[in-house]
Amino acid sequence: MSEEEWLIKGVSVCGGPVVDVHIVDGQFVSVGRDLEAAGARVLDAAGLIALPGLVDLHTHLREPGREDAETVETGTRAAALGGFTAVHAMANTEPVADTAGVVEQVWRLGQQAGYCDVRPVGAVTVGLGGKQLAELGAMADSAAAVRVFSDDGSCVADPLLMRRALEYVKAFDGVIAQHAQEPRLTEGAQLNEGEVASTLGLAGWPAAAEEAIIARDCLLAAHVGSALHVCHVSTAGSVEIIRWAKSKGWQVTAEVTPHHLLLTDDLAQGYDPVFKVNPPLRTRTDIAALRAGLADGTIDCVATDHAPHPVEAKEAEWAAAANGMTGLETALRVVQLAMVDTGLLDWAGVAMRMSVRPAAIGRVPGHGVPIAPGSPANLTLYDPAAPPEAVDPATHASKSRNNPFAGMALPGRVQATFLRGVPTVLDGKVTR
Amino acid sequence: MCAMRPESGPEQGADSPDWKAVLTPEEIRRALTRIAHEILERTHGGEGIVLLGIPTRGVPLARRLAERIGEFEGTPAPHGSLDVTMHRDDLRLRPARALRRTEVPPDGVDGKTVVLVDDVLFSGRTIRAALDALNDLGRPRAVQLAVLVDRGHRELPIRADYVGKNLPTAQREVVRVLLEETDGEDSVLLGERDQ
Amino acid sequence: MKRHLISAAELSRDDAVLILDTAAELASVAGRPIRKLPTLRGLTVVNLFYEDSTRTRTSFEAAAKRLSADVINFSARGSSVAKGESFKDTALTLEAMGADAVVVRHSASGAAHRLAGWVTGSVINAGDGTHEHPTQALLDAFTIRQRLGAGGGGAGNGASGLDQRGGGLDGVRVTIVGDVLHSRVARSNVLLLSTLGAEVTLVAPPTLIPYAVERWPCRVSYDFDTELRKSDVVMMLRVQQERMNAAYFPSIREYRRRYGLDAGRMALLPEHAIIMHPGPMNRGVEIAAEVADSPRSTIVAQVSNGVIVRMAVLYLLLGGAGEAA
Repeated sequence: MSEEEWLIKGVSVCGGPVVDVHIVDGQFVSVGRDLEAAGARVLDAAGLIALPGLVDLHTHLREPGREDAETVETGTRAAALGGFTAVHAMANTEPVADTAGVVEQVWRLGQQAGYCDVRPVGAVTVGLGGKQLAELGAMADSAAAVRVFSDDGSCVADPLLMRRALEYVKAFDGVIAQHAQEPRLTEGAQLNEGEVASTLGLAGWPAAAEEAIIARDCLLAAHVGSALHVCHVSTAGSVEIIRWAKSKGWQVTAEVTPHHLLLTDDLAQGYDPVFKVNPPLRTRTDIAALRAGLADGTIDCVATDHAPHPVEAKEAEWAAAANGMTGLETALRVVQLAMVDTGLLDWAGVAMRMSVRPAAIGRVPGHGVPIAPGSPANLTLYDPAAPPEAVDPATHASKSRNNPFAGMALPGRVQATFLRGVPTVLDGKVTR
Repeated sequence: MCAMRPESGPEQGADSPDWKAVLTPEEIRRALTRIAHEILERTHGGEGIVLLGIPTRGVPLARRLAERIGEFEGTPAPHGSLDVTMHRDDLRLRPARALRRTEVPPDGVDGKTVVLVDDVLFSGRTIRAALDALNDLGRPRAVQLAVLVDRGHRELPIRADYVGKNLPTAQREVVRVLLEETDGEDSVLLGERDQ
Repeated sequence: MKRHLISAAELSRDDAVLILDTAAELASVAGRPIRKLPTLRGLTVVNLFYEDSTRTRTSFEAAAKRLSADVINFSARGSSVAKGESFKDTALTLEAMGADAVVVRHSASGAAHRLAGWVTGSVINAGDGTHEHPTQALLDAFTIRQRLGAGGGGAGNGASGLDQRGGGLDGVRVTIVGDVLHSRVARSNVLLLSTLGAEVTLVAPPTLIPYAVERWPCRVSYDFDTELRKSDVVMMLRVQQERMNAAYFPSIREYRRRYGLDAGRMALLPEHAIIMHPGPMNRGVEIAAEVADSPRSTIVAQVSNGVIVRMAVLYLLLGGAGEAA
């Protein structure tokens, strides 16, 4: 651990009254007015908001196997610049993260890079094939201490297998994170099934394909008394189903991506595959329901589903292009635009949804805890009043450029990120 | 090449200071009568002739000539129209223009004496295009040219066989022909082009 | 006109009428001793066909050659594309070769849009996935105007077309029957025909009607027999065997019974009504042989009209100065 000592002056913690924050040896030691600490490095945080370090429940770091798109190093660097201190690395790598060996490798790469904590997600089924359970226990017991399991990219469609997986992880307090997409209803699907897809001649992706799986899995989770997490919720109907499941007291949690809070399927009009994503962009009605769901807690958290792709995978004709958008570096700014500036959430609400809840769902120790004496000093300093700037993916730390907000003016700026008291980002730039 | 002109009568206050009438309706009528006679003279009484007007205003002129010939000879001469758009040499200088009608009388042009009819003869490029267009339709025995106004400034070795009026002009001047059928009145006007 | 022809939605009524009128004028070229015009001499038109289609490709080729353009046929099969060259690289190659226009047919919706972003010449969409096929709709509209006369079904003088110039298809009742969901011809026709003032009705089993079709400028019916009786034009779409395998309808037999145009149904049509098909036909499935061969059928005329309509499109896109004139 480091012996760095920091005094952060004049910051508003989660939008509350302005205070000073004193960090010593990776911990918050005091939070209050007019603190003094000789020998500490001072950071003038006037006008800034302090949030507990952001935690992403859903990221694709692509390593091992797709290092042309991203590596653990470049991906975590991007994460730090976005204010994240912990990310969950999804398992659809090459080879798939379905053994203790691969998850430990990813975990170690994260440690070496040192930009943020990397929590590998373990695959639910071997090779993401949806046929046979992977060695979930081995992954849980490994040095990577996996708690979140997901076949993300694919759906665990076999209802029996999903039931077994939900039951099995109870033994080690695991959670299954489902990518809800009924495969038969979405064969060859390209874009949300709606007016835009019909006009553009793109095969439709019906909302029911997501909602049907969510409904089924909520019932299964309730039946076996286990925890279900729903990845990237994208439809109004899904929100309603999750609200209903929660009202029954079932252990169901859910996440939404920043892009699903802001972008609609109209953007596909020019056939630019930068807007092609799984699940697809939907309609204004869906966006409104997702925002309301995030505000009232039906949706627990924001997760980026950062999905980097090399240029050629996104430059083809729509049907041949890959699904996915990068999002680590723009996430907080999009949430500000979609939720805070619209009055749906305050900064305390943002802290809950981008740090506290994701850390709880991912069972991540030391993250998502209040900025209070004794807690690990994982911290994000954000300037909500920074003049809105157009997003330029060419300047991003991610290796990939497929960001759908390119050219869009987003508010705010991450000024600094601290990982256990060590700054990974200062003045909006990485420290190393 | 015909001077730049709009499709209908004189308008636009912006560029037209003084339009000077250089041919009255009466003069136009007499010129066409004279041309009709000349055609008859030079074609052995109109034997085997076909009058093809070049759109837009060459077409009513061709019809008027055909009717006059009919008054003198008893039967109107065959007449029609020949659109030259596709054969122009200045196509790439402006957006693609709408095509005009090409209507050839049933007996065609092979072996005939085709008299091309146009309102103004200027650079000669329209007529060059007309000769090319005519070539695609068949092989006339001979081709002659009748124009209402010859304003000089030829850019190609083209000359008219029948001329209504020789009108010496400066390059910068604009010649405007108006006809009953297209513009509601008969007139030939001379004006200055704006810079 | 604009620089590209990618979707029928881009054509205003004036644009569409201009194309039809230009085609009407060009129709007479075929009857001349010299069936060629020099207008596009020195220009290069590339046929970039990722899907096999001899019919459409030769139609464009004939159209370009009659305007004296040079034609290069770039077939995806057996070329660098088969070895995995990306669409973009192919586009850049054509650009380097100096293509003034690229006629593109591709199995992916939106391919023509993407191509337009990579080349400086004109892009003509010859069919992209299930999105659009605008020149097909134009030749269909031309054929309807030619056979029924401009404006008003029922009158149908079917004469030489002298009176039709400047006119659209106001009030003409067109019924399009078949696999609308997967048909780029249907999409382009719905857009273009309604722009020209026609009343369009789609007839198909519910499984083959696109989602959100209520937003389209047309009616929908599942009852072929009722719609037949009040149609001036019946346009039959091809139905593919594969659709049966994906459970869009139970069997070819049931499809034919409910939505096939056989002699019995043909007798229900108003006397002046015409029968169209973009081809290739599945004789005995969506259309009976004797219907396809009847005098009401315009199928052969559609093919010859295809060449002159494509000549008109090529002329209007390439025959003048570049865009932004």
